[in-house]
Amino acid sequence: MTFPIKAWPARLQPVIIGVGETEYRKRGGHNGQNELSLCVQAIHNAATDAGISPQEIEGYTSFGFERHEPAVVQAALAAPLLRYAAIVWGGGGGGCAGSVTLAASAVATGQARFAVAYRSICQGQHERYGQFRERPLWGSYVGPYGMMSPALMTSLTYRRFMHEHGTGPEHLAELATSFRANAQANPRAVMRKNLTRDDYFASRMIADPFRLYDCCLETDGAAAVIVTTREIAEKLGRPAVPILAAAQASGPRWTLGPMGSHNMPLDTYATINSADVAKVVFEQAGIMPADIQVAQLYDAFTGLVIMALQDYGLCEKGGAARLIESGALRTGGSLPVNTAGGLHSEAYLHGMNLIIEAVRQARGDATLQVPNVRHSLVTSGGGTGHKSALILGAA
Amino acid sequence: MSYLPEGMPSPHPTLDDAPFWAACQEKRLVIRHCDHCAKFFHPPLPTCPHCGSNTLSWRAVSGRGSVYTYTIGHHAVHPALKGHPPYNIAIVLLDDAGDVRLISNVVDADPQEMHIGLPVEVCFEAAGDGTLLPRFRKLDESSPRTGATE
Repeated sequence: MTFPIKAWPARLQPVIIGVGETEYRKRGGHNGQNELSLCVQAIHNAATDAGISPQEIEGYTSFGFERHEPAVVQAALAAPLLRYAAIVWGGGGGGCAGSVTLAASAVATGQARFAVAYRSICQGQHERYGQFRERPLWGSYVGPYGMMSPALMTSLTYRRFMHEHGTGPEHLAELATSFRANAQANPRAVMRKNLTRDDYFASRMIADPFRLYDCCLETDGAAAVIVTTREIAEKLGRPAVPILAAAQASGPRWTLGPMGSHNMPLDTYATINSADVAKVVFEQAGIMPADIQVAQLYDAFTGLVIMALQDYGLCEKGGAARLIESGALRTGGSLPVNTAGGLHSEAYLHGMNLIIEAVRQARGDATLQVPNVRHSLVTSGGGTGHKSALILGAA
Repeated sequence: MSYLPEGMPSPHPTLDDAPFWAACQEKRLVIRHCDHCAKFFHPPLPTCPHCGSNTLSWRAVSGRGSVYTYTIGHHAVHPALKGHPPYNIAIVLLDDAGDVRLISNVVDADPQEMHIGLPVEVCFEAAGDGTLLPRFRKLDESSPRTGATE
């Protein structure tokens, strides 16, 4: 089965044909180069990977907070024709997989031969997401109380999850050290210094229970993914990763979740609002959570990964602690997670680097390649409004 | 003396929520109520998120509730917080307003006293521009509770 529906013509099925990124650097590390030039460089690299000229790109997609609009990116690529441009609503990473969903929709419906989903972030030149920013909606209920960073906002939902499902600081430490260990093998990763359990517990508290090493990086860089149809990919003769499932979803009354007023329904409060998107992507792909061999789970904060395990059915309700303790999520385990180091240790590109790693795992050319990947899951978002996800098949 | 420094942001009332803030200035807590499905909701929206009705009113509530979850902020994420000691942020589930929660601070609780279930009662404190904000004080754990929640 595949996106968008089972009966979709095989020749029009969307596939990922190229991925590319700039060098990832710590915040400020790219201050000598403007963000748009990084965006263009990432797209060039993705086009090279796809075996096409960037001037062949006709579709442009991204998600909330992207600063570079398609007609400008098109000009910077000297591409003669833009036929499709769209952005997913929502701040932060919730719409990242959604931007690939848009690109897939564009090529599957003949609106573009090649579409690129892109994200560029230079926190050294622009706003810092971890600092106070005016909230356009419901800011009156947030800022005056010192609720000013995503770490504070999501630590509240994760504390409630701990209370309801019996996880603790040890589980956060296990994920932090596991993601760092993966990053150590990845030459693209910004943070490759060894991180021990003791280092984790010695790090300063940021938003209790989140310590420094529960928080993602502040990095500068750009990343892009190019989508086309199976028919075009076959003519190019490049490895093509089929998009088996791609979806966006939100449950009732979630609104902006922890980034808003925290009035989500009580029964979904301690979640990442992804049970609905999970249901859709597993149905589209016609598989069960147990059929996933490798997962990139959105890790702006380690606690979000723990909640994702439950929302995506990768563990039973209340089973996250045991799954993490088993070592299953480490390299060599039954479900390796964030195999390039994730947002935690590779780079913070609002999840686009997670999609690139999911593609590499599906192609079989990842740095820490999981053997025999048939289904590669990537999820987007943890704290924001609606969420999105992809399931990719083997190239 | 307020729980957080004067330089912190102040509320900006809108068409949707001006009555909420106006009541706070009189040290009263009012919450949006749907007169069609008889449920409370927050923050104020033009229509009820439970049923979609626009037949809405404001209802006074007791101001009692309990800590649904909390965090302790240790990192200065705003210039006004530079050098400020760690502070709590609590999600307070009100006792008599369905599942409505307010983001707030428990002004008299040390970080180590904070816990899920801590009973609290509203108080009002001035933001930097003098606007009164609803904050909370801890209640004796054995004090009688006003009502059930969802």
